[in-house]
Amino acid sequence: MNRYFWILGGFAALVALLAVGLGLNPRDVPSPLVGKPAPAFKLNVLAKPEQTLSPQDMQGKVWLLNVWASWCVSCRQEHPVLVEFSKKVDVPLIGLNYKEVRGDGGFDMGKMAADEERKLAFQRANQWLNEHGDPYRLTVMDLDGRVGIDYGVYGVPETYVIDKAGLIRMKHTGPISPEVLAKKIMPLLAELNK
Amino acid sequence: MKRCLALVFALFLTSTAIAVDSATEAAMAADPVAEKRLQKLSEELRCLVCQNQTIADSNAELAQDLRREVRTMIKDGKTDKEIVDFMVVRYGDFVLYRPPVKGITLLLWGGPVALMLLGLFILVRYLRRRASRINAEEQPLSADEASRADALLKEINPK
Repeated sequence: MNRYFWILGGFAALVALLAVGLGLNPRDVPSPLVGKPAPAFKLNVLAKPEQTLSPQDMQGKVWLLNVWASWCVSCRQEHPVLVEFSKKVDVPLIGLNYKEVRGDGGFDMGKMAADEERKLAFQRANQWLNEHGDPYRLTVMDLDGRVGIDYGVYGVPETYVIDKAGLIRMKHTGPISPEVLAKKIMPLLAELNK
Repeated sequence: MKRCLALVFALFLTSTAIAVDSATEAAMAADPVAEKRLQKLSEELRCLVCQNQTIADSNAELAQDLRREVRTMIKDGKTDKEIVDFMVVRYGDFVLYRPPVKGITLLLWGGPVALMLLGLFILVRYLRRRASRINAEEQPLSADEASRADALLKEINPK
């Protein structure tokens, strides 16, 4: 009797462990960048290509960095949430357009000149924002995805919350749902802006 | 059937596309020593898009980008450790195919050994108990027990 109790108990513990494991999201990889300074970059601004933006320019402000691209299907899903957010909340939302042309997969990059890629990327990004609404205070263009690598981007869309000191305080991978915004991002923004 | 053929054809197309792609990458690599290092390093690094593949196996965009980064770093004369650290700083320990031994991975590394030890312990205990039980059963009867047994036997089976 006692022995069966132990065997059953052990089995139940194993089932519980596996159930928890299966419930976890394998895409939810903890970012080592949380708590670290936002990696530096200097990228051209979509609306004014002759200007650049770097994270230092945002020093002293709490801001969001949202990684997007016109070819990214999940970005479409979160876009209305971002548009709504930008109308209601006075927190700068900066867009990081990630590999607009070469990430698409529909182009033969071996045959495309850098100038051509650049022109096409700006044109496509602008068109997409015209169609779907532009929630971004600014969008910067990461044509080759180098800055994306510095930020550990592996699945667009991704969103970073960066505090006044320039430290990354949160990273969200995947589309932002209204729940994530209300339960995770808004409380953090309120706390950081205190 | 038609559908099936179409699928086979599509698979064939993608496989050739992959072959062409790795061919261009191979062409980019002129230096065999550097290429060997790239190969070795790539096998240690996880592709975060297709999580159970290394960046050597994967043809995802990100894996290609990361291979390009590794190649650039090799060209710049970075050591293997510097290159691996570069990845870990950005993507975390998860990017390593062989997770490092530290507090949070103790269960991962020690778990199987602990389970085996537990199993061995239970097995040894069981065998010992079983042996002592058998021993106990096989002990010869004492003189007192023997005479009682004789008496009982006679009672049942009087000749």
